[in-house]
Amino acid sequence: MTRSTSMTHDAQAALDAAGLTRRDFVRRSGLLIVAFSAARAAGDLGLVPDTLSAQGINGPGSPQLDAWLAIGADGRVTAYTGKCELGTGLYTAQTQLVAEELCVPIDRVRLIQCDTSMTPDQGTTSGAQSHPTNFNKANLALAGATAREALLQLGAKRLGMPVESLVAIDGTVRAKSDASKSVGYGDLIGGQKFNLMLNRAAARKPVSEWKVLGTSVPRLDFPAIVTGQFEYVHNVRVAGMAHGRVVRPPALGATLTAVDESSVQGLPGVLKVVVRKNWVGVVAEKPWQAEQAARQLKATWSAGTALPDQGTFHERLHSQTATRDALSVDSGDVEAKLASAAKVIKATYRHPYQMHASIATACAVADVKTDAATIYSATQAVYPLRSTMAMVLGLKPEGVRIIFRQGPGCYGVNGADAVSYDAALMSQAVGRPVRVQLARKDEMAWENYGPAYVIDERVGLDANGTIVCWDYQGWTLQRGNRPGGNAPGNVVSGMLAGFEPQMAQPRSPAPAPTGEFDNGNNTVPNSVTGCIGGMCGGTGTVASERVLSRTVASPFFTGPLRSPARLQNTFAHESFMDEIAASAKADPVAYRLRHLSDPRLRDVVTAAAGKAGWDARPSPRTGSRRTGVATGRGIACVLYEGDNGYCALVTEVEVNQDTGLVLVKRCVAAIDVGPVSNPNGLRNQLEGGLIHGMSRALREEVTWSGDRVTSIDWRTYRPWFVGDPVPVIESVIVNRPDAPATGAGETSITVTAASIGNAIFDATGARLRQLPFTPERVKAALAARG
Amino acid sequence: MSVFNLTVNGRAHTVDVDPATPLLYVLSDDLALRGPKFGCGLGQCGACTVIVKGDAVRSCSVPVKAVAGAEITTLEGLGSPENLHPIQKAFVDEQAMQCGFCINGVIMTAKALVDRTPNPSDAQIRQALATVLCRCGAHVRMVAAIRKYAQERQTRRTA
Repeated sequence: MTRSTSMTHDAQAALDAAGLTRRDFVRRSGLLIVAFSAARAAGDLGLVPDTLSAQGINGPGSPQLDAWLAIGADGRVTAYTGKCELGTGLYTAQTQLVAEELCVPIDRVRLIQCDTSMTPDQGTTSGAQSHPTNFNKANLALAGATAREALLQLGAKRLGMPVESLVAIDGTVRAKSDASKSVGYGDLIGGQKFNLMLNRAAARKPVSEWKVLGTSVPRLDFPAIVTGQFEYVHNVRVAGMAHGRVVRPPALGATLTAVDESSVQGLPGVLKVVVRKNWVGVVAEKPWQAEQAARQLKATWSAGTALPDQGTFHERLHSQTATRDALSVDSGDVEAKLASAAKVIKATYRHPYQMHASIATACAVADVKTDAATIYSATQAVYPLRSTMAMVLGLKPEGVRIIFRQGPGCYGVNGADAVSYDAALMSQAVGRPVRVQLARKDEMAWENYGPAYVIDERVGLDANGTIVCWDYQGWTLQRGNRPGGNAPGNVVSGMLAGFEPQMAQPRSPAPAPTGEFDNGNNTVPNSVTGCIGGMCGGTGTVASERVLSRTVASPFFTGPLRSPARLQNTFAHESFMDEIAASAKADPVAYRLRHLSDPRLRDVVTAAAGKAGWDARPSPRTGSRRTGVATGRGIACVLYEGDNGYCALVTEVEVNQDTGLVLVKRCVAAIDVGPVSNPNGLRNQLEGGLIHGMSRALREEVTWSGDRVTSIDWRTYRPWFVGDPVPVIESVIVNRPDAPATGAGETSITVTAASIGNAIFDATGARLRQLPFTPERVKAALAARG
Repeated sequence: MSVFNLTVNGRAHTVDVDPATPLLYVLSDDLALRGPKFGCGLGQCGACTVIVKGDAVRSCSVPVKAVAGAEITTLEGLGSPENLHPIQKAFVDEQAMQCGFCINGVIMTAKALVDRTPNPSDAQIRQALATVLCRCGAHVRMVAAIRKYAQERQTRRTA
C-alpha cells in the first residue's frame, strides 16, 4: 500500500484497516447540502460576509456517501466526521450512531474526526449543534442509513434474494428465514467506494429497534485517558520538533517598540526570536529553554490603554450610545400596555465577563514549509482555521492541513485557535516543526471572554397578577470572536500579527424584526409568544412583547463561552420571572406554568418540581430567621436556543446570613433532548453543566485594573475545585424517541444561576441581581432587605 | 546541563538537563510520558501531579535536581488500558470525567491519600482535593469514584 507522508499514524492505520488507499475522493463535491442550522454565532452585528453571524456553524458537509463511510475488506467500518470530541462524549456517541445504523458491533467501527484532508467540512463543533446536525436525517446519520440500504441491495443481488427477505445484522446481510444464507459487508464492498449520493429517503433505524445507540456505552476513550496513554494535542511529537513560547504585551493596547535580541543571545538552546508586528515569540530546542528565553527577552512596549473602572463598568455600559441594535420581537404595543397595566415591575441584572479558563493552557504543533503547512490543533473549527491560517502564513488554503487533536474541555473559543497561529508563525520562521504551549497568564489575560451584560426587564401585570406585556433591553460588548473563515484578528495572536479584530457596526434604531422567529441567543423570555408577522415561535402566552439587544465595543476580546448570551439572558429572564411571581404572591412553579404554552417546556418544569418534592407556595419562605443559616428552593427553565433542548432545574440552597456564603445542597434537573443517544453520557453532561454553572454563578469573574487584566491564575480567577462542596444531583430524563435529536451540553448550565438566585431569594428574601453571587454581594443584598 | 538519574515507574533513566528544569518538563519532553500534564505551571491546579516517596507532588513546581534518585510514579505506572489499576477502574466504572485532562491530578492525589489514609472521611477526601481543579464539572462522580476505590481496597485487604 502506498503510504502518504502527510497522513497521521491514526489516519493511516484506519485506512490500512479499511483496506483502502488514499481517499483523495473524500471531499470532492460540486454540490452542497446545507446542514440545518442557520448561523448562530453572534446575532446580526453588521459584519462582513463569511464571518461570525454570517458563518454557518455547520459547514456544507458532503452529499457523497464515500465522504462519510468506508468499509474495509475485513468488514470493518471507518467513519469520517467533522464534529469532534471536546470532552463531551461525542466520539463515543457518534461511534454508537454508526454502529447502530450500519448494524455492526461497535468495536468494528473506527471514527476519524476533523481533519481537513480526511473528513467532510462540518464547520465548527459548537453551539450544541453536533446532535442536531449528525444524529437526525442528514450527514453522518443519513450516511449510515444510506449505506445500510445500499448494502442490503448489494446483498440481495449477491444472494439472489429479494431485498425484503433480508436483514442487516452484525456486519452481514442475511436471509431473515435462513441465517446460513449470508454475506459479510467486506465481501460485498470491502475496499471499494460506494459511489453513491446520500439518499434523503433512506430510513433511519427506529428508536424502538436501537441496540447500541440509546444505551449507556461507556466512553471509549476513558481507558486510555485514565492510564496516561491518550494523545491530547499536548502530547503530539513530530520529528525535529522545536519548542516555542510567546511574549505577549504587558497591557491592553500596548504596541511593540523594540526587541533586544542580544538579551537572549547565548542562552542554551535558543534558535530564534520571531517578531511580526506586535507579535513576539521565542523558539528553542527544549521547552524549558524557550520559557527561560521568553522571560529574559528584553522587549519594549508602548503604554497600554486605560481601561474603564471595573466598579462602575455596568453603569458605563448601560449609558453607551454607539450601539448595534437589534429587535428579536416587537409587537408594537408594549409601551401602551405598560401604561395601562395594573402594576409595572422592573429590575436590572448584571453579568460579569467570564473566561473559558480551560484546565490546560492551549497548545499546538505546526510544521510549516515553503508552500504547505500541517497544524495539529485542538480547534473546534478545522476548515475555518485552514482558511485563516492560510492568511496568516501567506499560503493557499489547499496547502494547509489542520488536524484536530483533542485538548482540554474548551467550552467555546478558548486559546486553541490563537495558539495555532502562534505555533505556525514560529515554525514558518525557523523552518522546523514547533510546539507551543501558552503560559497560564498569557492565556487568561488575552482569551476571548464571555462578555458582560446589563439587562433591563420590565413587565406589566393585570389586576389578577397575570403578565400582559414584557419588555427587554440588553446591553453587551464585543471585540473579535471566532476567527471564522477570514478574520484571524478576532483572537489575540492574529491581532498582534497585524490583522484587525472585527467590531460590531453601530446601528440605531433597530430595524423592525422580519423573517422567522429566532431565539438562538435566548434573548426572548419563555413567557412570551415570539411572534413575527403573525408567525409565532415562542414558548409562552404573553403577546405584547419587545426584545431589544444592544452591542457595543468591548475593551477585551470576546467570543462564545458555553451557553453564550443564552446563560446571561436566561439568568435575567428567569430571575425576573421569580420576582414577578413573588410580587403576585404566586408559587414560582405554578406561576411559570400559567404563562407557558409549550407542552415540552411545561413537562420539564413539572417533572423537575415533582422529583424535587417541590414545596408549592410563594417565595420567600415565611418565618425564616434573619441571621444564621437559611434554606430555600428555586426553579428556572429554558428551551435552549429556542429549539435545542429543554431543561428545568430545582435547586436547594443554604445561605449563611452572617458570612454571605451560599451552599448549593441539592439539584434536581429534568431534561428533554429528544431521543437520548447515551443516557449516562447525557447525565454526565447535565451534571457537569450544573457544577460549571454553579462555579460561574458563585465565583467566576474577570477582573482588571489600570490597563491590564488581573485575573491571571487560579487564585485570582477562582473556580470550583474538586474538593469544594457539591450538591446532590438528581435528574429526570424525558425521553422523546419521536422528536428530533437536540443538543444537551449547554442546557443545564443555562438555568443554574437563575435557579440558585431564586433559591437564595426564597431562603432570605434577598434578591441577587448581579453575578457572581460572592459573599460580599450576598451580604449587601441581605443588608438591603431593610 | 547536568546528568540526573531518575527512577520512573520502576525504570531507570538518565537525563542531561538544566538542574532547574521542572520535573514535569523532563517527564513530558525527555521521557515522553503523557500522564502528568501542564495545567498552570504554578502548582495551583494539580494536573501535573506525580507520586514521590508516597507524596502527591506537583511536578511543574519541583526542579528535577530535587528528585534525583527518588522513586517517581506517574499515571502510566499504575495500570494499562488492558489491566487497569483499581483506582483507574473506579474512575472508568463511575465514568468520572469528561475531557479527562485533569484526571491525572485527581487520580494521583487520591491514590496518595488512600495509600496513607485507607479509609478517608469525606472531609479528608475534600481536603486532599481542595486545590485539584476540574473544569468540566465531574466533581460529584470523582468523589464517588474515590470512595468506591477506598471501600473496595478495604474489602480486598480484609478478604
